[in-house]
Amino acid sequence: MIQIENLHKKFGKNQVLSHLDLQIDEGGIFAVLGPNGSGKTTLIKSILGMVVPNKGNLKVLGTSIRKKWKYRQEIDYLPQIANFPGNLKVKELVRMIKDLRQKPSKEEELIKRFGLEPYLDKKLATLSGGTKQKVNIVLTFMFDSPLIILDEPTTGLDPASLLKLKELIMQEKDKGKTILITTHIMQFVEEMADEIVYLLEGNIYFKGTIHELMAKTGQNDFEHAIAAISTHTTDA
Amino acid sequence: MLKILKYSFYDLMRSRWSYVYFLFYLALGFVLLFLNHDLSKAVITLMNVIIILVPLISTIFGVMYFYNSKEFTELLLAQPLKRSSIFLGQYFGVAGSLTLSLVLGLGVPFMLYGLFRSDVIWDFSLLLVTGAFLTMIFTVLAFNIALANENKIKGFGYSVLMWLFLAVIYDGLFLLSLIIFEEYPLDSFSLAATTFNPIDLSRTLILLKLDISALLGYTGAVFKSYFGTDLGLFLSLGMLVLWTVLPIWLLTYKSKRKDF
Repeated sequence: MIQIENLHKKFGKNQVLSHLDLQIDEGGIFAVLGPNGSGKTTLIKSILGMVVPNKGNLKVLGTSIRKKWKYRQEIDYLPQIANFPGNLKVKELVRMIKDLRQKPSKEEELIKRFGLEPYLDKKLATLSGGTKQKVNIVLTFMFDSPLIILDEPTTGLDPASLLKLKELIMQEKDKGKTILITTHIMQFVEEMADEIVYLLEGNIYFKGTIHELMAKTGQNDFEHAIAAISTHTTDA
Repeated sequence: MLKILKYSFYDLMRSRWSYVYFLFYLALGFVLLFLNHDLSKAVITLMNVIIILVPLISTIFGVMYFYNSKEFTELLLAQPLKRSSIFLGQYFGVAGSLTLSLVLGLGVPFMLYGLFRSDVIWDFSLLLVTGAFLTMIFTVLAFNIALANENKIKGFGYSVLMWLFLAVIYDGLFLLSLIIFEEYPLDSFSLAATTFNPIDLSRTLILLKLDISALLGYTGAVFKSYFGTDLGLFLSLGMLVLWTVLPIWLLTYKSKRKDF
């Protein structure tokens, strides 16, 4: 699904990604983890073509994405901070994104699922953070694309909506889709992820299942295992 | 690109500022006509206003729009759209709505006054064409500055400085150099200096068309003696097109290489 070879990215003097190689196979939920500033968002934005890498090869669905844009038709992306043009109504935003992508969509079902009907005629600037995130989720999941990228999907959600989001992600996974998630909530990862990609200082430090991680660190609790990786490196 | 243009344009058409701009020109048109009772004099006064004000408003509007639509841009960047169409669409949306406000705002009062029955219609159209060019040029310059500066305050400062330089300081430096080097032949220098500033260029263009020798000044005289009225007109129009096209190209070039 995604092949990354020798990816480099620098912002000014700050080397964010260096010599990064990553292979993501088709199907399943992959959690991209790592401390703050480890390059998670930069990695995701490189896959999306929003960040232009200094060096390296990036392939999505078997073709190089360099200077291409049509491949984004096959990606649904949930940005980290739900910032939308404030003077648009929710309804208009949904209609606009549909118009831009020209793909069949199932927004009605999702709007019902997250209880957004009363907000459809409200302007986005007046919505609360959690409601904006729900709109964000609707916009992401309303298309049927083989690759879904979620950057901090749980931000601002109440417990009931979080459950609905988890259900939704599981449903999409069962359809055989590839889902990339970044989050800092370990419980969420433990529950959802099939595989973990742990980023540290701009490189892949660990890639494998949760069990492999626990075996490697000698911990029997996932949260401690993750903490153990981070401390391991500070000792080294 | 056309879809982005449509959304940016609608977005702006709903914004208060487009109407403020439109009403300002509407009021200006009416006031000038009723105070002057003379179409050709009104056209000259308008020229002076347009040449200073249109660049200022386009610059500020362009920078403000670019920074305000940051979220919209980021949303679009993750969609299957070409980068150049995102930025060009937004740019033409802004430049288009500003031009529309200008043309309608000035056109309506003049039409009501009986423009079609008078012989200044060509002068007036040229004025509007120049205004449209200045809008396009200064909006794209502002977009370029905003794209290069993440920091809003800096971007805003640089673009206002750019306007100040081209509208005021440039002329001062130009005059000063004419005085300092008055013993040398300055024809080609003043020609070049005029073409390197879109505001001077527009002024020369309009004055050439209006054919008012008293107002032509040194540059105008040089322009006229070199090219005659028609060639001078075409040449300066061509330069205005270059002034529009080159920064637009720069905008697409830079936008393709930027990280978001």
